[in-house]
Amino acid sequence: MTETLPGAAIPNPTDEAAITAAVDQAIAAIAGAGTLDELKAVRLAHTGEKSPLSLANREIGKLAKDQKAVAGKLMGASRGKVNKALADRTAELEAENDARILLEETVDVTAAPRRRRAGARHPLSTLQDRVADIFVGMGWEIAEGPEVESEWFNFDALNFKPDHPAREMQDTFFVEPPEAHLLMRTHTSPVQVRSMLEREVPIYVLCPGKVFRTDELDATHTPVFHQFEGLAIDKHLSMADLRGTLEHFARQMFGDEAQIRLRPNYFPFTEPSAELDIWHPGAKGGPRWIEWGGCGMVNPNVLRAAGIDPDIYSGFAFGMGIERTLMFRNEVGDMRDMIEGDVRFSEHFGMEI
Amino acid sequence: MRIPLSWLREFAAVPAGATAEDVMAELVKVGFEEEAVHRPTDALRGPVVVGQVLSIVKEPQTNGKTINWCQVRVVPEGHAQTLTGEGIDPSGVQGIICGAHNFVEGDKVVVTLPGAVLPGDFRISARKTYGHLSAGMIASVRELGIGEDHDGILVLSRIGLDPEIGTDAMDLLGLYDEAAEINVTPDRGYAFSIRGAAREYAHATGTSFTDPASKVQAPAELSGGHGVKLNDDAPIYGKPGCDRFVARTIRGVDAARPTPPWMSSRLRLAGIRSISLPVDISNYVMLELGQPTHCYDLDKLSGDIVVRRAVAGEKITTLDDKERTLDVEDLLITDGSGAIGIAGVMGGAATEVSDSTSNVLVEAAHFDEVSIGRSRRRHKLPSEASKRFERGVDWHVADIAAQRVADLLVELAGGVADQAGTDVGTAPDAVTITLPAAFAAQRIGIDFTEEQITTSLVDLGAVVEKTDGGWTVTAPSWRNDLETKEDLSEEIARLVGYENIPATLPVAPPGRGLTRVQQQRRRLIQALADAGLTEVLAYPFVSKAANDTFGVAEQGAARSAVKLANPISEEHGYLRTSMLPGLIEVAKRNHSRGFRDLALFESGLVFLPGETVGTPSIPPLGVKPSDEVLDALYDGVPDQPLYVAAVLTGHDSPAAAGHTPRLWDWSDALDIARLAGDVLGVEVVVSQGSHQAFHPGRAAQLSLRTGEVVGYAGELHPKLLAAHDMPARSVALEFNADALFEAAADVIVARHISTFPVATQDVALVVPQDIPADRVLEALREGAGELLEDVALFDVYAGKGIEEGKKSLAFGLRFRATDRTLTADEASAARESAVALAAERFGAVQR
Repeated sequence: MTETLPGAAIPNPTDEAAITAAVDQAIAAIAGAGTLDELKAVRLAHTGEKSPLSLANREIGKLAKDQKAVAGKLMGASRGKVNKALADRTAELEAENDARILLEETVDVTAAPRRRRAGARHPLSTLQDRVADIFVGMGWEIAEGPEVESEWFNFDALNFKPDHPAREMQDTFFVEPPEAHLLMRTHTSPVQVRSMLEREVPIYVLCPGKVFRTDELDATHTPVFHQFEGLAIDKHLSMADLRGTLEHFARQMFGDEAQIRLRPNYFPFTEPSAELDIWHPGAKGGPRWIEWGGCGMVNPNVLRAAGIDPDIYSGFAFGMGIERTLMFRNEVGDMRDMIEGDVRFSEHFGMEI
Repeated sequence: MRIPLSWLREFAAVPAGATAEDVMAELVKVGFEEEAVHRPTDALRGPVVVGQVLSIVKEPQTNGKTINWCQVRVVPEGHAQTLTGEGIDPSGVQGIICGAHNFVEGDKVVVTLPGAVLPGDFRISARKTYGHLSAGMIASVRELGIGEDHDGILVLSRIGLDPEIGTDAMDLLGLYDEAAEINVTPDRGYAFSIRGAAREYAHATGTSFTDPASKVQAPAELSGGHGVKLNDDAPIYGKPGCDRFVARTIRGVDAARPTPPWMSSRLRLAGIRSISLPVDISNYVMLELGQPTHCYDLDKLSGDIVVRRAVAGEKITTLDDKERTLDVEDLLITDGSGAIGIAGVMGGAATEVSDSTSNVLVEAAHFDEVSIGRSRRRHKLPSEASKRFERGVDWHVADIAAQRVADLLVELAGGVADQAGTDVGTAPDAVTITLPAAFAAQRIGIDFTEEQITTSLVDLGAVVEKTDGGWTVTAPSWRNDLETKEDLSEEIARLVGYENIPATLPVAPPGRGLTRVQQQRRRLIQALADAGLTEVLAYPFVSKAANDTFGVAEQGAARSAVKLANPISEEHGYLRTSMLPGLIEVAKRNHSRGFRDLALFESGLVFLPGETVGTPSIPPLGVKPSDEVLDALYDGVPDQPLYVAAVLTGHDSPAAAGHTPRLWDWSDALDIARLAGDVLGVEVVVSQGSHQAFHPGRAAQLSLRTGEVVGYAGELHPKLLAAHDMPARSVALEFNADALFEAAADVIVARHISTFPVATQDVALVVPQDIPADRVLEALREGAGELLEDVALFDVYAGKGIEEGKKSLAFGLRFRATDRTLTADEASAARESAVALAAERFGAVQR
C-alpha cells in the first residue's frame, strides 16, 4: 500500500481540470473498493496526508491572496465530494458486510433442541376443572370433603337404611376398627350432606372428587375413581329443573346437539330417582344412548338429616363419573390407561382436554 | 331376574313375535335395566328330533371299550323322511355309533341329525367311525346344553315323556323359549317374580295383566293343620321376625318322579337348576309368585314347628351339608329336635325332602326383611329365598303360594292335599298415604291430570280415595317401597313416562366463584405442569412399610395410619401418609415401559389419623343430629391434608443437536419446591434436613417463615432407591400444600420502586464447612440494613487457598436508596456492616 499515487505530481489547487481528475480518480477508486479493507486503502490513498488532494490542499497556503479563495472553494468542494463518496461507500459496504454476516449465521431452525417443555396435566384432573367451570359459570359453588368419611355422612344421612340391600350395592371399603364407623366414601354425596349442614339455603353446589369401591382393576372397573355430584336446594325445585340443568350442562360439555334421557331408577337418597343417559352421536359403532349417571329429587329424609324442612324446600341431585365421561368423550378404551400413570397418556393430552 | 317369555305370556299380552330384546326395551322404560338375553337357540340348532332305538349291536374295541352300533328310527313307521341333506337317511332310520350304555332297544331318545349344531359350535355330520357311517348323535342333556349330567344319554321315558317318533325335540324340551334378564333395583322386591314382571310389562306397554295369584283357589281360612307357633322374643327394631306362617300337608307324593320338561325348561331359563320334583315345584312357585316356600319331609319332623330366635351356641347343618353355629339374632324354624332351618335363608339337612319322601309339609311364611338380611350376611348364604325376603315379600300371597305348591304336588307328584292347614300370624297394617292434589305436579314439573294420577296409582294395585285436598292412597301389599307422597309421585311419573318431563333451568343466586384455596390449588398444579412435570394419579393404598419409611422422618418410628378392614390386597392394606410410594410405583412402571427420563407429580389427600378415630355409634337417619353429635362425627374423621409430591429421575430434557441434557439432581427438587412457594406467594425456607427416605447429606427440610415444617426435598436415599429398583440419584420432594395455601398473604402491600442508581458490591467470606450458605446470606441481609436491595450467593469454593474444613462463599450485594444516589462510601459502609454481622455469627472472614 502506498500513501501517494506512484509518479503523480502534486496537482495545482487552482487547476480545476487536474483537481477534477484527481477527484474522479478517487471516486472511481472508492466505487471500485469491494471490501471495507480495500476501501480503507483507497481512503488513505485519496484522502491521506500524502494523497494528491491533501497535498494540493496544503499548496493553498503558498498561493497569492486572490487565488486562495478560488483554490479554497475548489478544494473544499472536491474534498467534500470525495468524503461523501467515501461515507456512502462505507455505509454500503458495511450494510453488505452486515447482511453477509447475518446470512453466514443462518441456522437450521428445524434442528433446534427443545430445552424447555411444558409437562402435562392428567386429563381426569383437567376434565374435573372444566366441569367445575361450567357450573361456576352458572353461579354454583364447588364443595369438597374428606375421602375417609364417617359412615353416617356416606349412608345414613343419605337415607340408606342400616340393613337395606342398597347399602351393600356400594361395595364399601371399611376402615379398621369397624366399630369406629369410618369408611372410604363410596360417592361424593357425603359432601352434599356436609354442604347442607354448613351452608344456608338456597344451595347450589357441585362436589367433585375421588370415590372408592372394592372393585378389582380391569378394563372397565377401578377401585378408585372420580365423580362429580350436583345438589340444588331451593323453594319450588322440580324434576323439570333437574332436567333443564342437566340438559344445559350436557350442551356446554358436548355441544348444542347434545340430548339427555331420564329413565326410572332407584337410589335411597332421591325420590323420584332416574338414570341419566346421554345421546352420543359420535360414539364408536354408531350413535347411541350412553349411561352417564344417576339423578333425582332429594329424598325428604336427606333434607331432614341436614335440618332442612322438606315442606318448604325441595331439591335435586345428580352424579356422574369423570372416568366414564372421559371414556366416551375422548374415546379412552381402557380404564387402566387412566390409572397406571403412563406418561404417554397424560402427555398426549397436555394441558387441554 | 330372568324372565322366560313363555311364562310372561301367560300373564301379560306379549306380542307373538316379540323377542327377549323387545321385552327388555319395554321394561327399561319403567325402570328395569336390561342385563342379558338367554336364548338356547343361539347355541343350539336342529334338526334335533325324537328317535326310537330299534337295535343295538355291541362292538368291543381293541382299547377295551365297547361301543354301540344303533339303528334309530327318526320318522314314524310308514311315514316318509321329509328332511333332506347329507347324512339324512331317506328310510327314516339312522345308523348311529353311541358310547353310552344307559339305554336299551325300544327307548325313545333325542337324536341330533346331520346339520344340527350343538352348544360350543359342535356341528353334527355323518362321519366314518369305528368302521361304520355314524349319521347323527344320540344326545345327553349336557350335549344339549340343558344339564350337567353326562353319565349317559337322555332317555325320554325317564323324564316322563313318551312322544311320537320324529317330534321336534327342541320344542319338546322347551328350547325355543328364551329369557330376558333385567336388573331389579333393591327397592322392588316384588319384581323378582313373574307376577311382578308381568305387571310392570303391562305398565310399560299399557296392555292387560292377569295376576297369577288370581288363578289359584286357596281356601279363605285354614285350620287344624300342623302345629306352628311364632315365638319371637327378640324382634329387631320392634318388628317380629315372622308375622305369618302358612303350612300345608300333602300326603302320598312320589318325590322321585321326574320334573316335567315345561317346568325344568322354565327353571333353567330362569337360572335355577332342577333338583327334584318337590324342590323344583317350590322354586317354580317362588319364581311365579315371588313367595319363597320350603318343603319338609313331614315324617322327619318331630312335633310342632316353633319359629324363634337361636340360643347361644345352637348349631344347624344346612341343606348344603355345612354345620353352622347360630347367632342369637338368627331367626330359626325349629321342631322338637331343634333347628330345622335358618328362616328365609336355608333349610336344614335333617328334614330335607328326598326321593323316598312321601309326605310333605309346605311352608310359606312371611319374614322380616332386616332379620333375614342379617342372617344372610352373617352366614354368607345368599339364596334365592333370602334375596326376596330381604327386599320384601307380599304378606298376602303366602297362602296362595302354599296352595299353588300343594296343587302342583298333587298334579305332578301324585299326592293328596290335606283339607286342614295352618295359617298363623297377623297382617301388618296397610300403608295409607295422603297425596295432596298438586304435589306430584310440583315435584315432577308435569301438569298431571287427575285421571293420569288416579289411573297410574290404580294400575299399580293401589286403592285410591278422593279427599278434599287430594287423595288417600292405600299402597298395594306387595309394594313395601311405597311409604310417602314422594314415592307416589315417582310412580305417577314412571307410569306417565319420564320422557314427558319438560326442561326448565333454575337460576342459582350470585355465586362467589372458586374459593381462594380452590384457585390456589389450580394455580399450583398448573404451575408444576407448566414447569415440565407430568401429573399422574396413583392409588392411595400402600403397605405399612411404605408408610413407616416415607410417612415419618425418623427411622424406626411407626407411622400411625388408617388401615382398611377389607383391602383389595393385604399387602396394600393401609392408606397413604405420603404420596411418594405411589409416585415411585408409577415411575417404575414407566421405566419398565422404556421411559427413563421422568418428572412426575401428584396432588392428593393423605390420611393422618389423630387420637380420635371415628365414633362408637352413628345417629339414625332422617333426623338432624345434635351439634355435639355432629361435632363428634366431624372430629372422628382423620385429618386429610392435600399433599403435593414429585419424583424426578433421569434427564431434564431429551438430548438434541447442540444440547446436552442435564441429569436431575437434588437441587432440582428444591427448586420445584421453591417454585411452588413462588406461585403461591409463600416463602419456602430451605434448611439442611433429615428424613429416612432421603440421602442423609442431600435432604432439605422445607418450612414456612413461622418455622412450621411443611415437607422435604432432595435426593432419595441410595439404599431405598436400590431396594425399589430405581435409578441412583433419583430425587423427590413432598410438601403439605394446604399449609402453603394457608400461609399465603391475603393482601400484598406494594413496595416503593426506587429509580436511583444501583451500587453493587461483591464479597467473599470464608466460613466453616458446616455453616449453611443460607444462614450466612441471612446474616448479610440483616447486617446490611435497609440500603440492601438484594443479596445472592453466586459461588461456593473450597480447596486450594482455603483453609481445610472451611469454604468460601461469594455473594453479590445490591444497594440502592429510595431517596438519593448512594455514594461509594455509603455502599461500602453497608457492606462492611453486613460482613461484620456474618463475622460475629459465624466467624466469617473476608478473603
